[in-house]
Amino acid sequence: MSQSLRGEYDRQFTQVREDLLRMGTMVDQAIAKALESLQNRDRSLAQRVIEEDEKINDLRFKIEEACLALIATQQPAATDLRAVVAAMSIVVEMERMADHAAGIAKTVILMGDEPLLKPLIDIPRMVKLAREMLQKSLEAYVICDPNEARKIADRDDEMDLLYQAVFEELLEIMASKPGSVQRATYLMWCAHNLERIGDRVTNIAERVVFVSTGDLKELNV
Amino acid sequence: MPQMVDDNHTQKMLIQDLNFYYGSLRALNMISMEILEREVTALIGPSGCGKTTFLRCLNRMNDSIPETRLEGDVLLDGEDIYSPGVDVVDLRQRIGMVFQRPNPFPQSVFDNVAFGPRVLGLTGGRGELEAVVERSLDRAALWDEVKDQLKSNALELSLGEQQRLCIARVLAVEPEVILMDEPTSALDPIATLEIEELMRQLRERYTIVVVTHNMQQAARVSDKTGLFWLGELVEFGKTATIFTRPEEERTEAYITGRVG
Repeated sequence: MSQSLRGEYDRQFTQVREDLLRMGTMVDQAIAKALESLQNRDRSLAQRVIEEDEKINDLRFKIEEACLALIATQQPAATDLRAVVAAMSIVVEMERMADHAAGIAKTVILMGDEPLLKPLIDIPRMVKLAREMLQKSLEAYVICDPNEARKIADRDDEMDLLYQAVFEELLEIMASKPGSVQRATYLMWCAHNLERIGDRVTNIAERVVFVSTGDLKELNV
Repeated sequence: MPQMVDDNHTQKMLIQDLNFYYGSLRALNMISMEILEREVTALIGPSGCGKTTFLRCLNRMNDSIPETRLEGDVLLDGEDIYSPGVDVVDLRQRIGMVFQRPNPFPQSVFDNVAFGPRVLGLTGGRGELEAVVERSLDRAALWDEVKDQLKSNALELSLGEQQRLCIARVLAVEPEVILMDEPTSALDPIATLEIEELMRQLRERYTIVVVTHNMQQAARVSDKTGLFWLGELVEFGKTATIFTRPEEERTEAYITGRVG
């Protein structure tokens, strides 16, 4: 039962999986660098994050094309088919995550030289959590582990709590110091982008469950 | 009496606990399957798994093979086709068969299609026979191609046309079920797609059971798929489910090409 008669399919899909993981690393780095540019107020680094988003977009299309070619030429079925279809969804999620990272970088550029409204505490925590969730979701995809995927989706609650804390704190500052509204809004945008990244990792986790079980359903609703 | 399975489907055939033996060799092991009216049911599985033997059990084509034995029930509209009173000729008119290689008679196109109705005495005069031939060729998607060469020898047709002619020959006796045993294995890809398209059309009127080695063909044409393995029916269900989320490991292994 274990001998594969699908050597060409296996070779092509291995390439898709490797590209997908490479894209994951690029997105992870984009998120890390976006935070670094915010922490260090490094506009040239922020600019690089924005520029490198193009490479991530290109890789997304490359992977999608490879998946289409696989379906058209190799006719995968069952788990194989689900893995290919899931890869097509996952790259879209990752591409949007990179857009969120670029969104933070754009905010950094908008902020100019104005000092930060407050020290960054929860936002770096959100970044750390987002990166962990992303990395673990891709590991779960590679080893096809639905239980791990469900755990990752559950961690989006932590992300939502952090976002809620940032939101409330910034709202309070804005209410008490009307002159701070613009700078508070910048930070709010950053936090919102990170919160959305958490949602997108949850979507990836849903795809991992789909590959493993065939079940299409929302996690962490 | 035939049973309504749901609002849209009636049970056409029901196979229960079917065992089939060649001498002491058990070729089919406790097969149970429900075949619904006006659906295409595809049977897949490796060579020697029993799918063709099973197909031939459905219209008693195995009766003539010496030292074979069958146990279990094969019901057509609720009636056992193996009960003593059943006339096998009548049965095979109701359940026709199309074979792997086109096998037209070395006669004219017209006479090939007219053969069944003549033998069974199904038609009155010449006009009625001509109408049956035209209707059958039309339903087999062949009329437009051969209407001007009805007197030509059927062996002059292309292989794809010959196979559609054989289907027309089956249709001419007004069957209810059509069994197809790898009907496209001798055909080129275009002729194969023509037969597949025809199967989708025929499904509007007839119940079709097809044995195929081509898994993508099963995926393309059938409503239900059954996987046979070493004489057992491993899994039977909706084709879309079988090809996207099969329940059995052996089905997954077979359709993803991971067998050894």
